[in-house]
Amino acid sequence: MQALTNRAKPVDRRPMTFFEKLYLPAIAKGMGITFKHIFRKKATVNYPEETRPFSPVFRGLHILNRDEEGRERCTACGLCAVACPAEAITMEAAERLPGEEHLYREEKYAARYEINMLRCIFCGFCEEACPKQAIYMTETFAPANYQRKGFIYGKDDLLIPDPKNPITVNK
Amino acid sequence: MGIDMIIFTVLSAIAIAAALGVILSKNPVNSVLCMITCFVAIAGHYIMLNAQFLFVVHLIVYTGAIMVLFLFVLMMMNLNADIEPQKRNWLKYAGAISGGALLLVLVAALRDASVPAIQSGAPTDIGLISNLGKTLFTSYVVPFELSSVLFLSAMVGAVVIGKK
Amino acid sequence: MDLTLIDKYFLIEKIGLISAVLAISLLIAMYSTWAERKVAAWIQDRRGPNRAGPFGLLQPLADGGKLFFKEEIIPSTANHFLFVLGPSMAMLTACLTSAVIPWGDVLNFGGYAVSLQIADVNIGVLWIMAVVGMGVYGIMIGGWASNNKFSLLAACRGASQVISYELPMGLALIALFMISGSLSLKDIVEQQRDGLWYVVLQPVGFLIFLICAFAECNRTPFDLPEAENELNGGYHLEYSSMKLGFYLFAEYINMFISSALMATLYFGGYSFPYMDSLGLSPNLVTILGICALFLKTFAFIFFFMWVRWTLPRFRYDQLMKLGWKVLIPLALLNMLITGAVILYRQNGF
Repeated sequence: MQALTNRAKPVDRRPMTFFEKLYLPAIAKGMGITFKHIFRKKATVNYPEETRPFSPVFRGLHILNRDEEGRERCTACGLCAVACPAEAITMEAAERLPGEEHLYREEKYAARYEINMLRCIFCGFCEEACPKQAIYMTETFAPANYQRKGFIYGKDDLLIPDPKNPITVNK
Repeated sequence: MGIDMIIFTVLSAIAIAAALGVILSKNPVNSVLCMITCFVAIAGHYIMLNAQFLFVVHLIVYTGAIMVLFLFVLMMMNLNADIEPQKRNWLKYAGAISGGALLLVLVAALRDASVPAIQSGAPTDIGLISNLGKTLFTSYVVPFELSSVLFLSAMVGAVVIGKK
Repeated sequence: MDLTLIDKYFLIEKIGLISAVLAISLLIAMYSTWAERKVAAWIQDRRGPNRAGPFGLLQPLADGGKLFFKEEIIPSTANHFLFVLGPSMAMLTACLTSAVIPWGDVLNFGGYAVSLQIADVNIGVLWIMAVVGMGVYGIMIGGWASNNKFSLLAACRGASQVISYELPMGLALIALFMISGSLSLKDIVEQQRDGLWYVVLQPVGFLIFLICAFAECNRTPFDLPEAENELNGGYHLEYSSMKLGFYLFAEYINMFISSALMATLYFGGYSFPYMDSLGLSPNLVTILGICALFLKTFAFIFFFMWVRWTLPRFRYDQLMKLGWKVLIPLALLNMLITGAVILYRQNGF
């Protein structure tokens, strides 16, 4: 069989010489390698105090955005749900009632908006599909949870706080 | 009562209690452990006599090697009560008679033996390792070397049995 | 001898010394666990425990607290007395060895000289061999009393390993005694005081002793008795809570003591180069000597850990082969050559 690359090394099956059979030189070599590693730069970080820098294209947890007046941008068009390859997004639409103009930007809004973070593959298609710039991906992870239902993020979890009225949102 | 006497009494009590435990306990593993305790107590007696080498060799050979082998063998055996072989009555009588005979011989021997008075005061150095070594390799070199041959033959025998 | 004739100062001195040595052994064993995790982390490019206290220095306390508060389980089919006796034996034998190690020279307290050695007996090293030999009981009793076949098998593995490696260890020491002419550790240290350490005269003996020390302490690459990741934990399989802690702790004490022993036998103990030509007061030299001994001991403890995170574990047949077919013949040869050289230097032929 022809080798695919020229990097393959044949296994040396010659019987060991006396020097090799002593093992001590090989052990000393190995000890040298491990000793060098003591002074290497550590591969880990002190996590809660120090986080790894994310790459600019990192796709983490989703948020639902508001416009500059603090109104929800999402109009429950369902394009994100259609774009989602993992079928993680579900939503229910509702019509905006008179007097709710300060809450919702469009005439239709999402009464229920859920993302199942166990299904989500963080591909970012929802972000691309959204015509209203309502859904964005952030630089955080989904934290651990004891139950599956804890991973189904509703609107309370996703919606960013209202800059004007921070108390009423997120209950 | 001096401190020597107190230590001697305590060690003797432990040794005798442990020795009784060896023959009285039902569980063989407990017997072995009692025997180890007994050996350690006797080693304590050696150190009271300033026989340091004898003390440590006693610990190494008996406690550290032979009793470990005993324990090894006992632990490997299946020691359930229901597979215990039926004890025959005549074995008991034979044991009692032979034990009694041994006791008789011991008592007779001890009665005739003249016990030299133990010199009190300064402890002797006869049990220290250099003195013992000099004695072994000068006055008693022939029996010493003969016993080494005995050990060698025992080792060869063990290898032969193991190879089978 | 009357009870009132006992030298009170002697008793106080010895009791103080014993307590100090025990406390230091326990403290060092405690921090060995911390150091082990730190060294492991560094060698693996990690940081190691650093949450409990500065640099994670309170980690051993946290670990100990955790072990204390864990549920204590004694299997219902186990032999209760022996189950408790096992870890106690392991701890006892681990602590007993420190009695004959000279931790330093003589300290003078206003005319009262205190020798920093619990017992300067003339059989020093043999005492250590005896206690190490008895260390097998902790393993065997614990393994058997658990009434678990895996524990029992591991106990047999461990016991036969310890017994096998005692032989080359003793043989390597015999060559050393031929040179020193004494079994007292104090004498051996005093002979090395001029700076010629016995490792120079006995390199092979030291190597054999080192390998055997690894095996006796059940440290990698010889940690067959407790190969935790492939052989089910070993003889302390059924142990939990502080009884398990005792076994692990005993192992670290063993490591500390054997490090101190190697430093004493082959690296000059509490002596250090130029100690007599510095012109310092004797007490200061003694204190520096204690520091020197501990420095050497810590270097060996580090070496133990370094090897643990470098070498893989031996297979059982390899272990036995190394012990019986390599180390014992090598130790015998070393003994013969040493004897021949000594004879040649004494008699000229």
